[in-house]
Amino acid sequence: MTVLVGIALTLVLAGAAAVVFTDDPQRQAITMSVYGVVMTVLFVLLAAPDVALSQVVVGTAIVPLMVMLTIRKIRDDR
Amino acid sequence: MSVYAYVVAGAVLLLGGLGIARSRNLVQAVVCLFIAQSGTYVLLLAIGYQKNAPAPVFGSTSRPTTTVADPVVQALALTDIVVSATVTALLLALTIQIAKRHGTVDPDELSSLEG
Amino acid sequence: MSRRVRWWVLGVGLAGVGVALLLAFLHLPAFGSSFHPYRDLAVPASVRHGTANVIASLTFDQRGYDTLGEETIFFGSILAVVALLRPSEEERLVRQPDSTTPLQATRLFGYLLLPVTILVALNIVAHGALTPGGGFQGGIMLATGIHLMYVAGRFRSLEKLRPMVVFETGEAAGTAVFAALGFAGTAGAGYFLANVLPFGTFGQLLSAGTIPLLNVAVGIAVGSGGVVLLAQFFQQVFLVTGDEEKPS
Repeated sequence: MTVLVGIALTLVLAGAAAVVFTDDPQRQAITMSVYGVVMTVLFVLLAAPDVALSQVVVGTAIVPLMVMLTIRKIRDDR
Repeated sequence: MSVYAYVVAGAVLLLGGLGIARSRNLVQAVVCLFIAQSGTYVLLLAIGYQKNAPAPVFGSTSRPTTTVADPVVQALALTDIVVSATVTALLLALTIQIAKRHGTVDPDELSSLEG
Repeated sequence: MSRRVRWWVLGVGLAGVGVALLLAFLHLPAFGSSFHPYRDLAVPASVRHGTANVIASLTFDQRGYDTLGEETIFFGSILAVVALLRPSEEERLVRQPDSTTPLQATRLFGYLLLPVTILVALNIVAHGALTPGGGFQGGIMLATGIHLMYVAGRFRSLEKLRPMVVFETGEAAGTAVFAALGFAGTAGAGYFLANVLPFGTFGQLLSAGTIPLLNVAVGIAVGSGGVVLLAQFFQQVFLVTGDEEKPS
């Protein structure tokens, strides 16, 4: 069980690095969505199902959607 | 292993700060702020974790006992996630207005405060 | 200050914070230890009030005032986004034509999953005191589920599915009902957000006093608020154009 938590923690660190070092904002929305799923897996392994549900709806659906709409609006205005 | 979870939380926070500093686009800065905030959830939940303890929800098959994960830090993390989502929404709305008024979202070009 | 100097200052700052955090982490209890004094007080209090989901008891019963603050933050920020993204005098609301239709597979999955998602969301809101979940999670799931109509179809079908007056009223009504239940607690037991309804049998649907009602109020408020928030961003992209006419 602790090995799984260790693997999930390492994946979270790798996911955060991937999001921060993506240069195109449109691609960052997709990477942020994947990072949200990885965080959800970590929260389930840390015995927190309530927080995992909250993270999956916020970090995977709502925030990447808003980021993509903002990028579309900024690009249309240019 | 006993400190690795906290180190990952601190590293995610610092990565978010680095991302905000090196961003060339305000939307990128907002996303990196979101990443930095998510490091705090990992820290809170890592403090509340107990080895081999189930989640603090009692179903029909489990009798109420105190050997569960800490529910107080999980309630704090829930409020944290809500506030992070609302802050991100507000910052993105501000970015749209900045793009309309100044025509650019590059932080280096927006450095002067104009009247 | 040139760029190189700025990078050095950033490096020093990040390294300093990192060292301070590391020194602090060495003093924390080990990861996975069994030293949790707050848990030893919170779990028996939740069982005494007949709530199977200890986190729901903490959110709505033991620390209910924090949740009222969280709802107010949510409401206030949505109000701020509506005010920020309001069309100004130079902008007009022009309906742009839809550009492409989605793939057949996307449309099939979207139309199939839309009723399933809404049902699951309502289930999570209703069983907030018994299973993981509750008002906030179910509410946002409801808001996202409605937008599956946008993923599967056209923006115009989404607009038909969400009359804005209903959702704006729903958001205000949900927050008001939460505050009203708090005052009912004051009338009943003397302090705000007291749990005044009977606690019922542990593990049944109608247990834990006022917590199911508070969950429904929060679910309505958050779900409607999420729809209003996303609608502001959609309005910016799809309907508002600048001063010049853009050829379609």
